[in-house]
Amino acid sequence: MSVLQVAALLLAAVLATATALTREPLRQAMLSSFYGLVLGILFFVFQAPDVALSQTAVGAVALPLMILLALAKVRGGGE
Amino acid sequence: MTPRVRRRVFLVFGAGLFALLVWSFGGLPDFGHYVGPYGDLVNGLTIPERHSTDAVTTVNFDVRAFDTLGEDAILFAAVVGVAVLLRTLRDERERPRPDDEASERRIENTSSAVRLLGLGLVGPTIVLGLYIVAHGQLTPGGGFQGGVILATALLLVFLSDQYITLRRVGPMALIEAAEGLGVAAFAVIGLAGLIWGSSYLENVLGLGVTGTLLSAGTIPLNSVAAGIAVTGGFAFMLSEFLEQTLVVRRS
Repeated sequence: MSVLQVAALLLAAVLATATALTREPLRQAMLSSFYGLVLGILFFVFQAPDVALSQTAVGAVALPLMILLALAKVRGGGE
Repeated sequence: MTPRVRRRVFLVFGAGLFALLVWSFGGLPDFGHYVGPYGDLVNGLTIPERHSTDAVTTVNFDVRAFDTLGEDAILFAAVVGVAVLLRTLRDERERPRPDDEASERRIENTSSAVRLLGLGLVGPTIVLGLYIVAHGQLTPGGGFQGGVILATALLLVFLSDQYITLRRVGPMALIEAAEGLGVAAFAVIGLAGLIWGSSYLENVLGLGVTGTLLSAGTIPLNSVAAGIAVTGGFAFMLSEFLEQTLVVRRS
């Protein structure tokens, strides 16, 4: 296992824990976006570029965005 | 059940789960030592038998194209579900907040830097998405990945504060139709296999020269169909969420 792979694994573990431990939904959405990005990098350094592309687009952009928009609606976008 | 008892029960079962995990990980093949036959088989046949240089796309749009059609249908069902959930209810109506349309707003405007960056990135994002959809059989990526990237162009428009404008001038009906059209195109391309080959979704087109844009038979066609479906699906879901946030109000 290369240094890059170990670093990516560690970073993913740290961000996953941070995402799970965060209680504030807005911060959690932002953290989950970073976590999605790191997972994308992880897949890339483990030589799975196809999965990395899907993971980055869905995990780092689409999913956190939908959480953000739902939060915006709940917090007074819909009065 | 008091929190203390609950914690004890968790610790007992958590320790058991951890032990089982450690035990089962011990039986996995070593890191970097692939044992299964399928990966080697697929790697061996993509170039000679399919003239495609990306094994993953070959698997997705040829070897197990029928499964991908099923996944397309799942996405379709999910998008329809979102559309039903986020429809405008009887006691709601569409009314952009006056703030969003007035030139002088109470809430702070998006900064010019963000707006410029967002709008500036729309073009490159669309080009990158189209590239990844079109080069599915050659390089990593394909219809799904490219489609999601294309749909994020809509997000950049929203970031640059232009969503209400886009809604007025944009092809929203086209976005709504794209998802269904993409899935239908995939299913119809599969019929070619029944007519000219022996099974549904069989790769019956000429395979072309390996490494060129129009190679690998029906793989790029399926990839483009999936790209249209995914772009439409994700863009439609995003626009439904944006409508709910920006436009729909309780009357």
